[in-house]
Amino acid sequence: MSFFDVVFYLFATITVLAGVGVVVARNPVHAALFLVLAFCSAAGIWMLLEAEFLAITLILVYVGAVMVLFLFVVMMLDINLVKLREGFWRWFPFGALLAGLMVFEMVWVLGSRQTADVSKAIVHAADYSNTKELGRLIYTQYVYPFEIAAVILLVAMVAAIALTLRRRAGVKSQNVADQVKVKKADRLRIVSMKSEPKQ
Amino acid sequence: MMDWLLPVQNLLGPAWLPIWTVVKIMLIVAPLMGAVAYLTLAERKVIGWMQIRIGPNRVGYFGLLQPLADGLKLFMKEIIVPSGSNKFLFVIAPIMVLMPALAAWAVVPFNAELVLSNANAGLLYILAMTSLGVYGVIIAGWASNSKYAFLGCLRSAAQIVSYEIAMGFALVTVLMAAQSLNLGDIVKGQHGNYGMLNWYIIPLFPMFIVYLISGVAETNRAPFDVAEGESEIVAGFHVEYSGMAFALFFLGEYANMILVAFLTSIMFLGGWLSPVPFLPDSIVWMLGKVAFVLFLFLWFRATFPRYRYDQLMRLGWKVFIPVSLIWVVVVGAWMQTSYWLW
Repeated sequence: MSFFDVVFYLFATITVLAGVGVVVARNPVHAALFLVLAFCSAAGIWMLLEAEFLAITLILVYVGAVMVLFLFVVMMLDINLVKLREGFWRWFPFGALLAGLMVFEMVWVLGSRQTADVSKAIVHAADYSNTKELGRLIYTQYVYPFEIAAVILLVAMVAAIALTLRRRAGVKSQNVADQVKVKKADRLRIVSMKSEPKQ
Repeated sequence: MMDWLLPVQNLLGPAWLPIWTVVKIMLIVAPLMGAVAYLTLAERKVIGWMQIRIGPNRVGYFGLLQPLADGLKLFMKEIIVPSGSNKFLFVIAPIMVLMPALAAWAVVPFNAELVLSNANAGLLYILAMTSLGVYGVIIAGWASNSKYAFLGCLRSAAQIVSYEIAMGFALVTVLMAAQSLNLGDIVKGQHGNYGMLNWYIIPLFPMFIVYLISGVAETNRAPFDVAEGESEIVAGFHVEYSGMAFALFFLGEYANMILVAFLTSIMFLGGWLSPVPFLPDSIVWMLGKVAFVLFLFLWFRATFPRYRYDQLMRLGWKVFIPVSLIWVVVVGAWMQTSYWLW
């Protein structure tokens, strides 16, 4: 077993264990942190495949932004753990069946003779820039799908903001324009007065 | 270049690479820790002078041993783990703050040859690593199991996440101008016949300001130090920490400050390039620029009153993000014309 394999199996084991941790962790915050660990080790595996752009973007987007917001929500919600775990064993066989099916599918696809050559990592020279290559493809050949995906994300964002945007009575919000417009003369009055004699 | 090391290399065989890498990492981390220690002294001295005080001058000549004394004091103190806290996460949080602050240094070049990893995706790597720093803050606030720590952690994390976006866009303009994610190539892109007129600070000046101010906010420094806010919430997310665990947060904060100073000088101020054409390029310029940016950090702290929390969020979301979005478009259009001289 080469060093490469050792690193791969290390990352793979951590990913799988962290994935199990997400499911079995009693505390939702722990589950979210396990998911972060799973993302990080998955990024490590991608790095082994020389897909440095994808690996770093996984860390940047999912770990650095998405999971932070997840953690925010999970930490602030008052989650009833008992209610959350209700019916775990009732649904467990169904979940296990789904998981088993997915593993079977992946083994089937990745292990078949048709994909045997495709699944091998392509080795590039040291100065090959994965990021540049990906950027070139996305902005030339796949520019329409890319733009459509971006617009869909934008629409989703606007929709999410629109859902929370409602008039509420009695909210004390700052009127920034008024604050900026304030002049010294509005707040401060300088009075000229005689000094009082010493007692 | 390293011919005299060849016999050692032959002696160690395959073990050479890991050992040599660890040596190189030590050669970066050890001076960095020294710089962090003396940055705290410089901060106290500079702010002292600005407020017409003397600053620390009792420990050692000119107060030069003060950082060592502070470090020793923090080492000797007991680390108290609150009984209701989550022990594992409580201990791991300071490490989570320091780890990304150190890991980002892997791709930072000091001059044309001196860099630990000359990575092609260096800028992306820096962005990813600095975005991990927020976990230490969140975990520290949550694991302490104290409402004050938790409130502080929410404020701090919201601030870091908001300013990261503007910072990312500032980096996008640099990447457009340099057409490379490699930090070494970004500096080389600013090389030219006109010295400092070739630096990206000229075409990207608004982004320089956005990046610098976001850098101050990212590192939770005054005037954006609402996470600490002595007058309101007292120390925020690390209120339950003591001794060395507490010191690690500040080690991370100061290491991040130095990192932001390095990145500012690499991306906008021409890195190790000389400001005038008749002087040679050297690492001295780099360190000088970093020292200048760090001085700005201290100057801000001594000068400005703290931002109110809603003002801080407004500045990040309603001023910096639109400005940087517009400048991305401006730079893109500018680069298509013949007036782009960089």
